[in-house]
Amino acid sequence: MSEIKLKYLTLSGLEPLVVTPESNFINVGERTNVTGSRKFLRLIKEEKYNEALDVARHQVEGGAQILDVNMDEGMLDGVDAMTTFLNLIASEPDIARIPIMIDSSKWEIIEAGLQVVQGKCVVNSISLKEGEAEFIRQAKLVKRYGAAVIVMAFDEEGQADTYERRIEICERSYNILVNVVKFPPQDIIFDPNIFPVATGMEEHRKNALDFFYATRWIRENLPYANVSGGVSNVSFSFRGNNTVREAMHSSFLFHAIKNGMNLGIVNPTMLEVYDEIDKELLECVEDVLFDRRDDATERLLDFAETVKGQKKETTEQILEWRNDALQDRITHALVKGIDAFIIEDVEEARLVSEKPIEVIEGHLMIGMNVVGDLFGSGKMFLPQVVKSARVMKKAVAYLQPFIEAEKDGKQEFSGKILMATVKGDVHDIGKNIVSVVLGCNNYEIVDLGVMVPPEKIIETAIKEKVDIIGLSGLITPSLDEMAYVSKEMEKKNLNIPLIIGGATTSRAHTSVKIAPNYSDTVVHINDASRAVTVVGNLLQKDNNIYKEQIREEYDKFREQFLKRGRKKEFLSIEEAQKNKFKIDWNSTEIVEPKQLGIQILEDFNITLLEDYIDWSPFFRSWDLHGKYPQILKDEVVGNQALELFKDAQELLKRIFDEKLLKAKAVFGLFPANTINDDDVELYNKFGNIESTFLTLRQQSRKAEGKPNIALADFIAPKESGKQDYIGAFCVSTGFGTEKLAKEFEENHDDYNAIMIKALADRLAEAFAEYLHKEVRTKYWSYASNENLSNEELIKEHYKGIRPAPGYPACPDHLEKQTIWKLLNVKENIGVELTDSLAMWPAASVSGYYFGNPEVRYFGLGKITEDQVKNYARRRGISTEEAKKWLNPNIAD
Amino acid sequence: MSDIKKEIEKRILVLDGAMGTMLQQYNFTEEDFRGGRFKEYPSPLKGNNDLLSITQPQAIADVHRKYFEAGADIVETNTFSGTSIAMADYNMEHLVYELNYESAKIAKKIAEEFTIKNPNKPRFVAGSIGPTNRTASLSPDVNRPEYRAITFEELRVAYKEQVEALIDGGVDVLLVETIFDTLNAKAALFAIEEVKEERQIDIPIMVSGTITDASGRTLSGQTVEAFLASISHVPLLSVGFNCALGAEQLKPYLQRLSNTTDFHTSAHPNAGLPNAFGEYDQTPEQMQQLIEDYLQDGLINIIGGCCGTSPAHIKAIEEVARNYKPREITLNV
Repeated sequence: MSEIKLKYLTLSGLEPLVVTPESNFINVGERTNVTGSRKFLRLIKEEKYNEALDVARHQVEGGAQILDVNMDEGMLDGVDAMTTFLNLIASEPDIARIPIMIDSSKWEIIEAGLQVVQGKCVVNSISLKEGEAEFIRQAKLVKRYGAAVIVMAFDEEGQADTYERRIEICERSYNILVNVVKFPPQDIIFDPNIFPVATGMEEHRKNALDFFYATRWIRENLPYANVSGGVSNVSFSFRGNNTVREAMHSSFLFHAIKNGMNLGIVNPTMLEVYDEIDKELLECVEDVLFDRRDDATERLLDFAETVKGQKKETTEQILEWRNDALQDRITHALVKGIDAFIIEDVEEARLVSEKPIEVIEGHLMIGMNVVGDLFGSGKMFLPQVVKSARVMKKAVAYLQPFIEAEKDGKQEFSGKILMATVKGDVHDIGKNIVSVVLGCNNYEIVDLGVMVPPEKIIETAIKEKVDIIGLSGLITPSLDEMAYVSKEMEKKNLNIPLIIGGATTSRAHTSVKIAPNYSDTVVHINDASRAVTVVGNLLQKDNNIYKEQIREEYDKFREQFLKRGRKKEFLSIEEAQKNKFKIDWNSTEIVEPKQLGIQILEDFNITLLEDYIDWSPFFRSWDLHGKYPQILKDEVVGNQALELFKDAQELLKRIFDEKLLKAKAVFGLFPANTINDDDVELYNKFGNIESTFLTLRQQSRKAEGKPNIALADFIAPKESGKQDYIGAFCVSTGFGTEKLAKEFEENHDDYNAIMIKALADRLAEAFAEYLHKEVRTKYWSYASNENLSNEELIKEHYKGIRPAPGYPACPDHLEKQTIWKLLNVKENIGVELTDSLAMWPAASVSGYYFGNPEVRYFGLGKITEDQVKNYARRRGISTEEAKKWLNPNIAD
Repeated sequence: MSDIKKEIEKRILVLDGAMGTMLQQYNFTEEDFRGGRFKEYPSPLKGNNDLLSITQPQAIADVHRKYFEAGADIVETNTFSGTSIAMADYNMEHLVYELNYESAKIAKKIAEEFTIKNPNKPRFVAGSIGPTNRTASLSPDVNRPEYRAITFEELRVAYKEQVEALIDGGVDVLLVETIFDTLNAKAALFAIEEVKEERQIDIPIMVSGTITDASGRTLSGQTVEAFLASISHVPLLSVGFNCALGAEQLKPYLQRLSNTTDFHTSAHPNAGLPNAFGEYDQTPEQMQQLIEDYLQDGLINIIGGCCGTSPAHIKAIEEVARNYKPREITLNV
C-alpha cells in the first residue's frame, strides 16, 4: 500500500482539510471559546445560540480553517453546552464545512463532543499529566472515535518549560501513541507550550527560543507529527500595548513557522504584517525572542514606553469636536455622554428652529437614534447609554419652559410604559436601567417605584392609558407576586402587553407560571438592550404576528420545559435524613466563641469597607460581564469598564468624604444544638431555648456516597452531648441611599441615581464580608490566626460560611423573621422586612454563621411534598402557606 | 490472513444484487410474513423483510443461491434493518440477535455449498449493517436544529448487538452500508472496533456510503473526500458507494474516491435511476456496459448491484468483471 498521502494530517467537516507542507500554516479560529471570549461566554450562558453561531460563522468567513470550541466554564453544564452548540453547527453548512477542534480540559466534555461530530475533528488536548494509563485510555478512545489529537507537553511532573523537558515529554508521548496505541503519527499534533517572554524573570528568557528549538526537534525526530501553539501567550507581559504585542506575534509566528509549527491559534486582528513592523521595534522584539542580549527585555520595555503614548489623545484633540457642525456636536455629546456643552448647543439649536419642540424631535432624536443603533449593534455599552440619557434629560429639561411658553407643542412619544417593582420587593436597579434605556428610545415612562401593590399597577395602567406594563423583582417571592399581578390583570380584562424582568425571573418561569394566566402577550426580558427591541415589536402597528409568535414560542417552551427529560429522583425526607452529611462529633473541632450574645455596631466607619468590595458583581449590574480587575483590560468592554470604575470611585469618595451613607450592623453568637435532624435550637445564657432555626434538606437522589445536606448537619446534634455554636447577623449600608438617589433624579442624573444604589449594594456585601472576618478572628475566634488577602476573602477561601435566607443553601425567606426576632434587628439598627420579606433599605445582608471546619455552601435544589408538610408542621403554619413560601423549590 | 483478503488481491470480487427486489416477486402476504411462530403477534409484520430469515428461510436461501449461481463472490445477509432501532417499528427489538444470527447462518450455509463445489472460487458472506432509520447528525425537526432523534451511544449499543450476532452466525466480513449520515457509520465502526478488541479477532470491514444526488454529497452534507477522512481511522477492506444513483451518475465520485483512498474500492449502484413509477428499468446489458466503463478505468475492486438489480444483472456484471484486473492502489499525489 502506498503510504504517501495518508501520512498527512487529514481532517474534515463537510469538506476535507489536508495539512501538507504546502499549506504553510493552518489557522484555528478561537472566538468560539468561553474561556477566551467574554462575548461568546455571555451568548452561551444566555442561550443566545443564534448569535453564538454568528461568532462561529464570522470565524469561518474570516478565514479560520479549523474551529476551536470550548465550553469550560464553572457555571455552564459543559457537556450540554458542547453537545447543543456542535449539534447546531451541524445544521449550518457554511460553518460545518470546516473541521471542529473539541477543546476542553474535561474528558467527559471532549467525549460528548466526539459523539456529535460526523467529520474528523481534533481533540484539544490530552497529556501525560494524569499518568500513562489515563493517557493511553484517552488516546485509544480518540482513535476509535476517529479524531486527531493535540498532545500537551505536560507529564506527571508538570508542564514542560525547558527545551529538554519539551523534547523528553513529546518523545515519550509519541512513542506511547505510535507503539502502544498504534495511533497514526500524522494525527498527532504537539503543543510544546508557548510561554511569555520579557517578563523580567531570568528563567523566562529562553521561553521563545526553547519553543523554536523544540518545534524543530519534533519535526525532525518524530516522523509525521505536527506542531501547534497559542501564539498570544508570548506577549502576555505587554498586555495593553497592542503595537508591541502585534509585532511580537508576527515575529514569533514567522520564526515558529520557519521552525516547523504548522498550525495554531492566532487572533488575526492582533497581528502586524511582518514586513511592516518598525525596524527598531522588530530588532528589540527579536533580541527578546532569541535571547540575544542581556538587556533585551529592558530595551523592549523602553521602546514600549515610547509607543505607548502614541495613541493617547491630547486635550486639544478631545475638544476638536467643538468645531464641528451643530448636529454633529449634539450627536457627539449624546454618544459620548458629555453634558458640559449641551445647554449651549441646545440653545443654539433652539434659535435656529421654528419651535423649541423641533429641537427634541430633530437634533436630539437624531443623536439618540445613533445611540440606539450603536447600543443595538453591541458597539455601545449600558453605562454609556445611561450617560447619554443623562445628557438627553438635561437638554429636555432646558427646553421644557420654552415648549410650555409656546403651548402648542408637546413631545410626541413612541409609547407609554408603566414600570414597577412588585409588592414586597425593594430592588430597582435593573428596573431603573430598563426605564432609562427605554426613555432614551423615546418612550414615556411611568415609573411607580418599588413595593407597588397590584391594584395600583392596574389602576395607573388604565388611567394613564399605558401601552405596556413592565414588572420587576429580585427576590424569589416576587415571582409569585408577578403571577398574581398577571391573574388580576386578566380579571380586569386588561389587554396591555406585560413584560417581566429581574434577576430571579426566567423565561421558564414566565412561560410556565405567568403567560398562561393572561390573554395578552407576556414576554420575559433578561437585559436592557433586548427591552428596546421587544417594546418596539410590541408597539409596531401590525403587532399581531409578533404577538402570536411570542405566544407560540412560550407555549412551545412551556411544553418542552414541562416535558423535559431530566426527571429527578427524590428520596423521602426520612431517607434523606438518614443520608445526612456526617461529621464525627467526637473528633471535630468546636470552638467556644469568645463573646457570646448580641452586639451592635451603630455608627461604623464605612471607609474601612473599601478594601472588601467585590467589584465583579458591580460591573455585572451594568451588563458588563467579566471578573474584576481583568475586566478593566478586557478587549471588548475594557474601556467602558474602566470609565465606569472611575465614575464609581468618584462617587465612592464623595460617600466617604461627605458621610453620605451610614453603615450599621447587629450580630450574635449563641450556644446551639441540632434537634430532630433538621432544626437548630439556640440557647440563652441560662440554657433556655431562645430561638429555633428550621433548615431544609436536599432530597434529590445523590450519587453513591454523596450526602443529602441540610445546614443543620453542621451543628452538633443534642444527643452527641457536645455544645456547639451558631451565629446570626444583619448588616446594612443602605441608610441615605434613597435620599441621594432622589436628589440625583431631580437633577436628571439617572446615571448616578443608579450608581449610588449599585455602590450601596456592594458596600453591604463588603460589610458582611468584613464582619464575617471579625467574627472568625475576634468575636468567635475559631480562626484567630487567619491571614488572608482581600482577594482570597472575596473568593471565600476561609473556614466557615455565612449563608443568607433566600439564597440556595436556605431559600426559606421566613427564617429572616426568626433572625429579626432573635437579634431585634428592627429596633437595634432599623432594617425592616417587607411583606415579601425583602430587607429595607435594600442594601442590607442578613444570614447565619457556621464555623465547623467541614461546613460548606451547597444548593438545596428541589424538595418534595413530604418535606413541605413536615416543614409546615415544624413552622406551625398551614401546608398552603408553606407551599407559597417554598414554591420555587418544590418539585413539580 | 483471511481468505477474502487474499482473493481481493487476485481478482475483482463480485457482490450480489438486491434482496428486496427479489423478495417482492414472492408477493408474501401478512400471513406469510408471520409464519407459524408470529401468528398472534400484536403488530402488523408485513414489510419486515429481515423477519423472513425466520419465517421464510427457504426463500432467503433461494435468493442467495441464485446470486451465487449468477457468479457472485459475496452475498449480503438479509439484515439491512437488523438493529433494535429499526426493529422498533415492528416492536421486535428483542429478536435482533436471532434475526442476525439466523440470517448469517442461512447465507453461510449456501456459501459453503458453493465453495465446496468449486474451491477455486471461494464464496463469502458479508454481514449487512444498514443505516437505521434515524440520523445522529441531522435533526428531524426543522424548528429544533439542536435536537437529535438518536444519540451516538444508542447507535453504538444497537450496532454492537447486531455485529455480535452476525459474527456468531459466521459472516466473513462486515459491510456498513448505505451510509447517508457519517456519524451513524462512525458509531457502527466504533461498535465493531469494540467487538474486535473484546474478542481479540480481526474481521474485515467494508464501508459503503451513499451519495444522494447530483450535489455529490452524502445526505449529511459531506463531500467524497470529507466522508473518506471521517471513516479512514479504521483499517478497512474496502470503501465505496452504493444506492441512490445508477452506475453512470456514480462514476465521477468513484473516480474521486479511487484517487484519494488507499483502501480497496467497491461500488454497488442501483439499476439506473427509478422511472416515473418508482421502478428500475435498466437492463442487465445496459448496466454491464456502464460497469465495463469502470473496469476499463481501473476504479474498482468489488462490484455489485443495489436496488433494482437481479441475478441477471449480476451475471452480466460478472461476465465483464472476470476479464479485467482489479484496481491497483496508486494514489495521484
